[in-house]
Amino acid sequence: MLIKLGKENLHSEFVELIERVSGEELANCYQCGNCTGGCPVSFAMDFGPREIIRLLQLGQEDAVKNSNSMWLCVGCLQCYCRCPKGVSAAKILEALRQLSLRKGESHEEIKEVPLPFLKNAPQQAIVCGFRKFVS
Amino acid sequence: MKIPYYPGCTLNTVAKGFDTSARESAILLGFELKELNQWNCCGATFPLTPDNVMGLTAPTKVLSNARKEGDTVTTLCSVCYNVLKRTNKVIRDDKEKRAIVNGFIEEEYDGSLNVIHFLEVLRDRIGFDNVKSAVKRPLKGVKAGAYYGCMLLRPFEDMGIDNAEAPTIFEDLLKALGCEPVEFPNKIECCGAHLAMGNEDVVTKLSGNVLSSAKNKGAEIIVTSCPLCQYNLEKSQQRLAEGSGNTQMPILYFTQLLGLALGQDEGSLGLEKNLFDVRPLLNGRKI
Repeated sequence: MLIKLGKENLHSEFVELIERVSGEELANCYQCGNCTGGCPVSFAMDFGPREIIRLLQLGQEDAVKNSNSMWLCVGCLQCYCRCPKGVSAAKILEALRQLSLRKGESHEEIKEVPLPFLKNAPQQAIVCGFRKFVS
Repeated sequence: MKIPYYPGCTLNTVAKGFDTSARESAILLGFELKELNQWNCCGATFPLTPDNVMGLTAPTKVLSNARKEGDTVTTLCSVCYNVLKRTNKVIRDDKEKRAIVNGFIEEEYDGSLNVIHFLEVLRDRIGFDNVKSAVKRPLKGVKAGAYYGCMLLRPFEDMGIDNAEAPTIFEDLLKALGCEPVEFPNKIECCGAHLAMGNEDVVTKLSGNVLSSAKNKGAEIIVTSCPLCQYNLEKSQQRLAEGSGNTQMPILYFTQLLGLALGQDEGSLGLEKNLFDVRPLLNGRKI
């Protein structure tokens, strides 16, 4: 992947916004990869949690926004528990998801959720799913 | 002894057996789970982004109502426990957020409630030794995998129920019931959680890993404290077994197993609601 580095993306508004919403400081991550090692869903992500943080450190807004990673993070907090620096990749991915949802763009359409799921699934799955995927 | 009890939305509906088996077990152990007079859904997810104060309103409302009935509230569902306990800490320690949330829900809650899981009631207030003494039907030799999942344990500094990487509270209870707890590598790994909505393949893979990890270590049943883990494990096992003819493991709530061991009336255990029935296994062992 070809990436362009410069003042404008290393200190972009987007990166600052992610830091503010997540409450995490991206520079604290020294890329050991424990987060991705412990992440149960990294196998299905375009970029694992470590890579997401690296891309944000380098201000690569588009790559991060276009990846599926934020929609796959289950918030199990294994990344945070195993991080030697106390960084929560889950919070950073949640911030990405929140910023997308707060713009009014849903990831899942309520009317497309299958009826058998709505009838049989635990209420907590539906409530949680709506909170994570629906604007 | 009466302990104020928050059932949460799922235990009032699809996981009714989790609720009724716990209430009956409590009576057999000499205490009562007293359902809160007024409660609402906790929101089923703790807001991970610290600027999301709105996500704290529903659980704070629950906590505020619970505080009017005592200084403690207990719950069974791992997610409710996680959301309530973490929210309680925020309201207790963060004055600014406390003021915003209280202003919004028109309450004066200060975070002074003690949020405990039913497992903690059994361990710390009743004592596993006393649970053991109350067992009428020891589940001798039943190899049970204790599946903790995520929400009961993490993050450790907020939950603190047990060691976040090597917990034993579940196994200690299983031993008291006469079971043989089975250690398995995926006991604290995620089942796929809310990805059940829209991403079944990932759930099948994650839950499948939990199932095979337990099975490879000799587990005959899996025990959980989360209705979403229970659902994901059952459904994934069903999907994976289609056409394979593999034997299937019953996935039980720990209170169902507790009720069985305490000699509880089967009507309140809700075993018939489980996709994979544990009774043939018990009957085969003459338990």
